[in-house]
Amino acid sequence: MMERVVDPLVLQKRREASVSFAVGLAALAGFFAVAPFIMYPVFLMQVLCFALFACAFNLLIGYVGLVSFGHALYFGWASYFSAYTAKAWGWPPEAAILTGTAAAAVLGVIAGGLAIRRQGIYFAMITLALAQMMYLVALRVKMTGGEDGIQAVPRGWLFGRFDLANDMTMYAVVAVVVLAAFLLIYRIINSPFGEVLKAIRENELRTVSLGYKTERYKLVAFVLSATLAGLAGSLKALVFQLASLTDVHWTMSGDVVLMTLLGGLGTVFGPFVGAFCVVAMQNYLAQFGQWVLVIQGVIFVVCVLLFRRGIIGELARYLRVKL
Amino acid sequence: MKLQMRITGGLAFALAALLGTAAQAEDITVKLGVLNDMSSLYSDIGGQGSVVAAKMAIADFNPAAHGMKVELVNADHLNKPDVGTNIARQWFDVDHVDAIIDVPTSSVALAVNEVVREKNRVFLISGAASSDLTGPKCSPNSVHWTYDTWMLANSTGKSIVKTGGTTWFFLTSDYAFGHALERDTKAVVLANGGQVLGGVLHPLNTQDFSSFLLQAQASKAKIIGLANAGGDTINAIKQGAEFGITVGGQNFAGLLVFINDVQALGLKTAQGLILTETFYWDMNDGTRAWTKRWQAERPGKFPAMTVAGVYAETLHYLKAVAALKSATDGKAVVAKMKDMPTDDPLFGKGYIRADGRKIHPAYLFEVKKPEESKYDGDVYKLRATAAAEEAFRPLKDGGCPMVTN
Amino acid sequence: MFEIFGIPSQALFGQLLLGLINGSFYALLSLGLAVIFGMLNIINFTHGAQYMMGAFCAYLLLQYLGINYWAALIIVPIVVGIFGIVIERLFLQHLHKLDHLYGLILTFGLALIIEGVFRNYYGSSGQPYQVPEALRGGRNLGFMFLPNYRAWVIAFSLVVCLATWYAIERTRLGSYLRAATENPTLVRAFGINVPRMVTLTYGFGVALAALAGVMAAPIYNVSPQMGSDLIIVVFAVVVIGGMGSIMGAIVTGFVLGIVEGLTKVFFPEASNTVIFGIMIIVLLLRPAGLFGRPA
Repeated sequence: MMERVVDPLVLQKRREASVSFAVGLAALAGFFAVAPFIMYPVFLMQVLCFALFACAFNLLIGYVGLVSFGHALYFGWASYFSAYTAKAWGWPPEAAILTGTAAAAVLGVIAGGLAIRRQGIYFAMITLALAQMMYLVALRVKMTGGEDGIQAVPRGWLFGRFDLANDMTMYAVVAVVVLAAFLLIYRIINSPFGEVLKAIRENELRTVSLGYKTERYKLVAFVLSATLAGLAGSLKALVFQLASLTDVHWTMSGDVVLMTLLGGLGTVFGPFVGAFCVVAMQNYLAQFGQWVLVIQGVIFVVCVLLFRRGIIGELARYLRVKL
Repeated sequence: MKLQMRITGGLAFALAALLGTAAQAEDITVKLGVLNDMSSLYSDIGGQGSVVAAKMAIADFNPAAHGMKVELVNADHLNKPDVGTNIARQWFDVDHVDAIIDVPTSSVALAVNEVVREKNRVFLISGAASSDLTGPKCSPNSVHWTYDTWMLANSTGKSIVKTGGTTWFFLTSDYAFGHALERDTKAVVLANGGQVLGGVLHPLNTQDFSSFLLQAQASKAKIIGLANAGGDTINAIKQGAEFGITVGGQNFAGLLVFINDVQALGLKTAQGLILTETFYWDMNDGTRAWTKRWQAERPGKFPAMTVAGVYAETLHYLKAVAALKSATDGKAVVAKMKDMPTDDPLFGKGYIRADGRKIHPAYLFEVKKPEESKYDGDVYKLRATAAAEEAFRPLKDGGCPMVTN
Repeated sequence: MFEIFGIPSQALFGQLLLGLINGSFYALLSLGLAVIFGMLNIINFTHGAQYMMGAFCAYLLLQYLGINYWAALIIVPIVVGIFGIVIERLFLQHLHKLDHLYGLILTFGLALIIEGVFRNYYGSSGQPYQVPEALRGGRNLGFMFLPNYRAWVIAFSLVVCLATWYAIERTRLGSYLRAATENPTLVRAFGINVPRMVTLTYGFGVALAALAGVMAAPIYNVSPQMGSDLIIVVFAVVVIGGMGSIMGAIVTGFVLGIVEGLTKVFFPEASNTVIFGIMIIVLLLRPAGLFGRPA
């Protein structure tokens, strides 16, 4: 194989990026290892699930440049499948989670196949419309329980050994899964496949002229994103023991956009920070009900106009590292 | 990792036990949480009004005289089961709330019911309607006050069938409450010789009923049963007027209508509507006096029966806690509540059954014509009273696993 | 009463008529979106909220100033249109150079703010707004009872849609608009104030949404969330029709309303989702939409 000659400056930047990633990862892992003893574990599990959801979304928007306004579709339906198999069929949690994730993957293939045909704004509108259609289906179909949702989902025993009813055990499982998935995403982004994705985002026409079948790459990225969003949804169903219409509603799609934007589009750690902020805000302001909507809208507007890089993006710029 | 957790957990437990015993030496602190819809279609029948009612109950109970301290928090569940259970869990795990009150929207109530059961606290239900809460889903930690779908169906449904409304078409809200109400009313209609010609489901919070009303018209049923509540009922009746439902010879049966709905519709549109409530502010001197006090904080509004229920059950709960001198064991408190007979100016004398069902009389009202109303809030005339024992579903018919016979 | 395919004719024609009424709203709203997208290349997510503002404005005018429906039909679009112009000047004009995605997110955020604020002040229950005196009552057409007001909605929407189409496709001002969309620099070189045209176009699109809102006030519940669920269906309509032509948006709106009405009769469970289903089929066969120009 021909020896690859790489510019030493590029090599240095890559080393710096690896260092900053390692530091960031250590900080993240450290935080989530210690936090459950200080904060409410269920809150942290919520943050973790949504952080994974945001990471999955970020993969699509930050690295491929595709805005999906209907990502709740995968998150919510995975949640339904996971909850249903765990409750109605009594499957163990690992099977339930796998089922949910697989369902999201299938939905991702179908939706992606339809949406990828169009670019930019149309793509966004199609994803939104598809998600809304599946929301209306969820409203009617018996399996989802309609307005009631699937309640009292048993958490079960993981691999027959670990009782997930214990919040701390469940937390450990969720934390491990989410961090593993996060590492997977990082690996994908920094692989040759990831480089092509970034090239597509920068200039699709040029990438096509280089001989890459960009449609295929986009579809694969889309399905990956959907699958990981599904994993987040499947976990969430077991954590809260409930799968409901909220998970497939367009506001959920909006929430994940907010988390990613706030954290920083296209940054590695942004989704975690964004998810933490948004979940904390929603919980803290729960007693004010509808003001949460307004505040989220304001954050959107402010971020787009003044704060486009998001929290981690600004931090990265300040520290002059890649985060 | 596991050993670490166990050590930390053990230390935490020891500390808590220490603090717990220390706390018992002083006043008993009870924390109550009113969880309902503050901003959406059920905000008028509960919302802030329920919070005021709970505050009044606490004040009337006079915690200081019993060596107790009572705190009150409240939150908006947005009619969503996941929001409701989230709040419930956090209230129980982090904020040490002892009892959750109200919770309209049966899907949320059913979900919260499970959380309460799991954490062994108390659930004082007022706003929710599903009769499943004292049926298959009954719980030793829950008390269902005010009303339920079976009682409504039995009262309103039966009287309408007996007065000639023999063919029915249902307009049902597509969730636990709507289905329960339709199921219970259908059973009553059929049992009394009526016929059900059809039905249609609509999503919660529907804005446009035109296509459903068209189907109702096409069915030619004499009675269009509205198995929904709040804003949905109001919309259906208003739009029904637009489509000439009553002109065409059909009538609406409001299976769950509150005084607030009647006021939103106005007497001109609502006159003649037959409905069942278990509380009316103008019933007697006791209810009038209480309403006046309530209105000090809610001027211009009238309390729905669910608000009255919040007051009554909160009061009874506090009395039970005072008798037990502790609020920590939910099952024990509820058992005590069932043990003690109830007495309050709003519902009179009554008791709580083994399945958690509170028994009191049900009143069949008819909405007055505009000319018959003499003052603001004078909207009902009493048509019939069902005694407490007959108004609610018999204990053995509910399918509640706690009832063993 | 005769039957078609086993469905009584009363039900069929009744739902068809209702479908036509829904179609009027779809047409008006997708027209507004198409106009805005054509000029600014921004998907106006706020459209649903502006539709809702139109309805609320009508309600408030009646409630506090005693201004009736007929005056509201003129005043409200102007008022909300001005609000739209303010939005364009304050926010949207900064986004021209940026990726489309930001315009989407910004207008989405604005929609959340508007809906949230209205919800906080008015709750979700909805406000009463009576059908104007002159249009009360209805006509028994034999196969169904048609309320006069709903007939008016169909007629007036048609008029507004056709007038808009004429203005854009057949007048001088319209031709400037269309030229500015294709090549703003060249048009500016001709001395035409392009930014002002862009602003006014946005305002006009918003005014159309508000007009639809006023018309909706007497029949649909005036509540803060009335726009959000409707707007997603309108997006699907727009994708089906294709953003290419004004007439495309209008025709697609009406036709899809009718199709939805028919579905309610023959296959009621699918009535909510049929428009999305059609969108999928159109995307598979003609990705640019029925009337769209392939990108």
